[in-house]
Amino acid sequence: MNVFTICRKELSSYFRSPIAYGVMFFFALITGYFFYIATYSFVAQGMRAAMMGQSQPMDVNEWVVRSLLSNVGVIGLFMTPMITMRLFAEEKRTGTIELLVTSPLHDWEIILGKWVAAVILYAAMLSISLINLVSLYLYGKPSWKPMLIGYLGLLLQGGCMLALGSFASACTRNQIVACVAGFGINLLLWVVGWVSSLDSTVITRTVGYLSIVDHVDSFSKGVLDSKDAFFFISMIFLGLFLTGRAMESIRWRA
Amino acid sequence: MIKVEGLTKRYARNVAVDHISFQVEKGQIVGFLGPNGAGKTTTMRMLTCFMPPTDGSAEVAGFDILESPMEVKKRIGYLPESPPVYPEMEVIEYLNFVGRIKGVPKANLPKRINEVMEKCAIADVRNKEIGKLSKGYRQRVGLAQAILHNPDVLILDEPTSGLDPHQIMETRDLIRGLAGDHTIILSTHILPEVEAMCERVIIIAKGKLVATDTVAHLTSRLHGSEMVSVEVAPRSPGSDGQVFLTQVQQKLEQVAGVSRVLHKESKDSRERFTVESLQGRQIRPELARAIIESGWNLNELRSVGLSLEEIFLQLTTEHKPDDAIAAEAPALIETSPSSGSSTSGSSTGESQ
Repeated sequence: MNVFTICRKELSSYFRSPIAYGVMFFFALITGYFFYIATYSFVAQGMRAAMMGQSQPMDVNEWVVRSLLSNVGVIGLFMTPMITMRLFAEEKRTGTIELLVTSPLHDWEIILGKWVAAVILYAAMLSISLINLVSLYLYGKPSWKPMLIGYLGLLLQGGCMLALGSFASACTRNQIVACVAGFGINLLLWVVGWVSSLDSTVITRTVGYLSIVDHVDSFSKGVLDSKDAFFFISMIFLGLFLTGRAMESIRWRA
Repeated sequence: MIKVEGLTKRYARNVAVDHISFQVEKGQIVGFLGPNGAGKTTTMRMLTCFMPPTDGSAEVAGFDILESPMEVKKRIGYLPESPPVYPEMEVIEYLNFVGRIKGVPKANLPKRINEVMEKCAIADVRNKEIGKLSKGYRQRVGLAQAILHNPDVLILDEPTSGLDPHQIMETRDLIRGLAGDHTIILSTHILPEVEAMCERVIIIAKGKLVATDTVAHLTSRLHGSEMVSVEVAPRSPGSDGQVFLTQVQQKLEQVAGVSRVLHKESKDSRERFTVESLQGRQIRPELARAIIESGWNLNELRSVGLSLEEIFLQLTTEHKPDDAIAAEAPALIETSPSSGSSTSGSSTGESQ
C-alpha cells in the first residue's frame, strides 16, 4: 500500500518533469534508427541470397529482432542513470527525505516504491521500441514468443541497472553525480564481459560472469534461461540492498 | 508526553548534543532556544526518529524512539527548517500524499485535508503548484503537513525563519491556536518568539542544556535589572572631550540604583553609555534628571533588551562575581541586534 503511494508519487513527478519525455524521445529516435539499419541490412542480404539462388529463407527474428533487442540493451546503459538520478538525490537536496523518513514508513517501502516507478517508466520506454517490431507483422510473420522473452530479458536487465542507479542516487545529494556514478557502474558491468574472450581461467570467467550484457544474450535469442534470470534477480536484490544501506547512512553521517 | 534522558549525539569530530534531559507535559508549548549550531535541530531529528542518538534515550507519547520508532512516527508531526514540500505538486495533491504515508484512514482524508487547510489558511491556494507559492504560504503548507494526521506531538524547527514580519505574526497565531490539542516543541534563536508563544523554555548552547524554566520566570529573572542606553552631549561644543567623558561617567554612576556604567562610543563629542540598574530598580527618570540638571543635552535615553547572547552569559555565569560579567559584556552588547525585540512588538525591551 505504502509502496503503491510512493510509486504513484514518483511516476507523477517523472511525467511532470522533462526527464521522462526527453528520455523517451531520444530512446524512440535511437531505436527507430537501429531498427531501420537492421531491417535494411536484412532486406539487402535477403535480396542477395535470392539472387544467388539460395532457397533457405532468412529468419526475421534472428536478423532483425535479435539485433534490435541487443542494441536496445546497450541504449539502456545510457538511459537508466538518467531515470534514477533524481530518485533520492533530489529528496536529499530539498530536504523532503526528512518527510519520508519521519513518516511511519519502512525504508524498504520507500526504496521499493521508487524502484518500481523507475521500472514502470523503463517499461514504458521499451514499449515504444515495440512499435517498430509490430510493423514487421505488416510484411511477414516473425514469431512473437522470442520477442516476448527478449523483452523480458531487457526488463530484467533494466531493473538491475535501475537498482544500481538507485544506489548511486542514494549516495549523493547531487543529481549529476548520481547520473555519472550510475553510468560508471553500468559501463563497468558491461565491459567486464570482454575479459571472457581473453582466456577461460577461473578469474576471467568469474569476472566475465558479472557482465549485465552477456546475460541478456540468451533472452535475445528467445531462450528463457533460469541461470540468467537468477543473475538479474540477484543483482536487483543487491542493488536495492545497497540503496537501503546508503539510505541508512544519512542517519549517522547527516 | 515527551521524556528525554541523557540524549547524546556524537559525530566523528564533535559532540552535537551532550547529555540533554528534559520533560514536556501534555498540551504544553515549549520553546527550544539556542544560538545557531547549539544542537536544536539534531535533538529534534533524534526525537522524530530521523537519526538515532549515540547515547541516552527518549520517550515520545509513551513510546521509546529506539524500540518502537514506528509508533513514535505515527504520533509526531514534524516541520523541518525548510518545509519538506515537492514544488511540482499541487497543495491538495501534496496533502493527499502526506495523508496516505502518515496512515490517515482513506475515508477521513478529504475531510481532514479540508479542516487542515482551513486551519492553516491555505484553502485559497489548494490547486496551486507549491513551487509557485510565496515563502509564507509554503511554510503554512509545511505546517498543514505536520498536523494532518492529528499527532499528539508537534515538532517545529524554526517555524518562522525566513518569513517577513507579517507572516511571522500569522504563523505565531496559528501555532498558538494549535496548543492544547497538541504538545508542541518549537525551536528558535529569537527570544521574543519564545515569549510570544511558549509557556516553558529549554535553553541549550553548544549541545548542553543551560536552563529549563517557565517563560514568566525566566523573563522576570532577566528583566529584574534594566539596561539603558544613554547618549549625552555637552551644551556648548568644543569643550574638552576627555574631561566631559569622565564627568558624565561619574555623574551617571552616582545616580541611585545604578549598578554599572559602560562607555560605548564617542562620536562628534557625543558620548554613548550603557547603564545597568540594580535588581528591580527603575532608573530612567533619575538618569534623565541627573543629566538635565548637570546642564548637558540628553540626546537619547532608551531601554535595551537583553539579547540571546547576553541571556546565555547571564545564565551561564550567574555564579560568577559581577565584574567577571562586566569584562565580557561590552563586546556582546555591540554585536547583538537588541533592537530586534522592539520591532516585533513584544515586551522584551520596553518595560514601561
